[in-house]
Amino acid sequence: MGDWKVPADLKYTESDEWVRVEGNEATTGITDYAQDQLNDIVFVELPEVGASLRKGDSYGVVESVKAASDMHIPLSGTVTAINGKLEDAPETVNSDPYGEGWFIKFTIADPAELGDLMDAAAYQKYCAERE
Amino acid sequence: MTYLPHTDEDRRAMLAAVGVESIEALFEAVPEQYRFPPLDLPEALSEMEVMAELQGLQAANASAQDYAIFLGAGAYHHFVPSAINHILLRGEFYTAYTPYQPEMSQGTLQAVFEYQSMLAALTGMEAANASHYDGATSLAEAITVAVNEARGKRRKIILSPAINPQYRQVVRTYMQGQDIKFVGDKGRADISDLLDMLDDSTAMLTVAYPNFFGQIDDFKGLAERVHAAGALLTVVADPIALGLFKSPGELGADMVVGEGQPLGIPLSFGGPYLGYFACKKALVRRIAGRIVGETKDNRGQRAFVMTLRPREQDIRREKATSNICTNQGLMALSACIYLALMGKCGLRTVAELCYHKAHYAARQIDALPGYKVDFSKPFFKEFMVKCPSPVSEINAALLHDWGIVGGYDLGQDYPHLANTMLIAVTEMNTREEIDALVEALKEVAA
Repeated sequence: MGDWKVPADLKYTESDEWVRVEGNEATTGITDYAQDQLNDIVFVELPEVGASLRKGDSYGVVESVKAASDMHIPLSGTVTAINGKLEDAPETVNSDPYGEGWFIKFTIADPAELGDLMDAAAYQKYCAERE
Repeated sequence: MTYLPHTDEDRRAMLAAVGVESIEALFEAVPEQYRFPPLDLPEALSEMEVMAELQGLQAANASAQDYAIFLGAGAYHHFVPSAINHILLRGEFYTAYTPYQPEMSQGTLQAVFEYQSMLAALTGMEAANASHYDGATSLAEAITVAVNEARGKRRKIILSPAINPQYRQVVRTYMQGQDIKFVGDKGRADISDLLDMLDDSTAMLTVAYPNFFGQIDDFKGLAERVHAAGALLTVVADPIALGLFKSPGELGADMVVGEGQPLGIPLSFGGPYLGYFACKKALVRRIAGRIVGETKDNRGQRAFVMTLRPREQDIRREKATSNICTNQGLMALSACIYLALMGKCGLRTVAELCYHKAHYAARQIDALPGYKVDFSKPFFKEFMVKCPSPVSEINAALLHDWGIVGGYDLGQDYPHLANTMLIAVTEMNTREEIDALVEALKEVAA
């Protein structure tokens, strides 16, 4: 309990997504805390490349043995890549949520939205509060 | 499971908990004059008198037990082995529902698993769900799958006009308000006309096998063309025919749906019936209903679990795609018992009997003056006959003078098929019945 990885170089949402910003592009997935809460992940449904989404839009579904949950895009943008490996190996999200278990890459439409996201320290605190 | 009614003590405890004196007091909100309105009913009868009255009403029906029946068009008079009811009516099985705590009902889950497995094998698909209401609603669920598989971007559904007209009405009702465009079935389009309607807005193309006229269309190259257009191919199939003909899976179908009534379910004046639904594995996350799977329990023994309920409301909330949260479990069990009793060879024998008897009848009828059977395509257990007078008149004479239930009047649904009768022949029709039909048709025309 309380021992979730929260990499310092990422930003976080209240719905437990992480986002890694590299220039104009971002990568997102679900956090270590989220995968731990969900338990074994058995299916991930991802959007189409080219889908244009607004911050907070549901872009896919992650199903675990416990529940089916929507995933929300942390920033507005257009999907440029999806992690097709998750189709055959959804358990990657459990084993490597911040690495091989990424969900989508997208171009950032409005960098100002980054200010709405939590940093690692704030997210760590947010997780601890919910325990 | 035993049914346990509330005891008087239970009722008192519940009333005390809600703070009400009596059950009557619960209904005080209903104005007194409406609480027990006088009903204009006849004098009460004894059980003996009621039985006599109901049997009299029942005797007024022309049922398949007492009449030679040549009416099909979606519901068929096939043999129902008596073993089915003996198993079906056992207390352990006798519910239409998959239980809410499914894993405690291993017998029910095993039956559903076996039903799914046999349906998948029969249709040549990789998965089958635990059933829908009837063939028409199964087709509607296939449309939902196809539209969602295209992520809602393709909303055109091509329907063959040779699909059961009732199915084509039901799917329009089912999908109303969802901006789905149905094309193809209003005229006389054949398979190649339907293929010409494919475009990048088409989610699905649907054909029937055999078609509503009993015929087997040539589906060579069909799946390739549909898939090349990025659409899915759904086949509406008669499960008995699949005992004899190539499976829709071999023909490249993505989904196979249809009416399961021929599999050990009596005609029963139209229901309850069984919608079967089978598909390729790639689509299982989008289907309505449930899939039961096989696993091992904590002692390593074979066990069954509710494996997948991908689109049900209690799990997927607003992402659910269907209102079907229950199914025709008991009817699926009938089909399961039927298929297990028949086996591969038995089902093939039933199909062969239907085929040969139908062809015998067709040849005899075609030889009659004034009648012409459509031999333009191969057919299974139903065929079209052009008649010398309106079908309704012929049927009235058959019923009243010969004790025969005649075929379906195709002119009701297809204006160009006025005076055309669709005759169904199954293993239940004896040679004597067929010969009597031929004789009767000859007399009626004379």
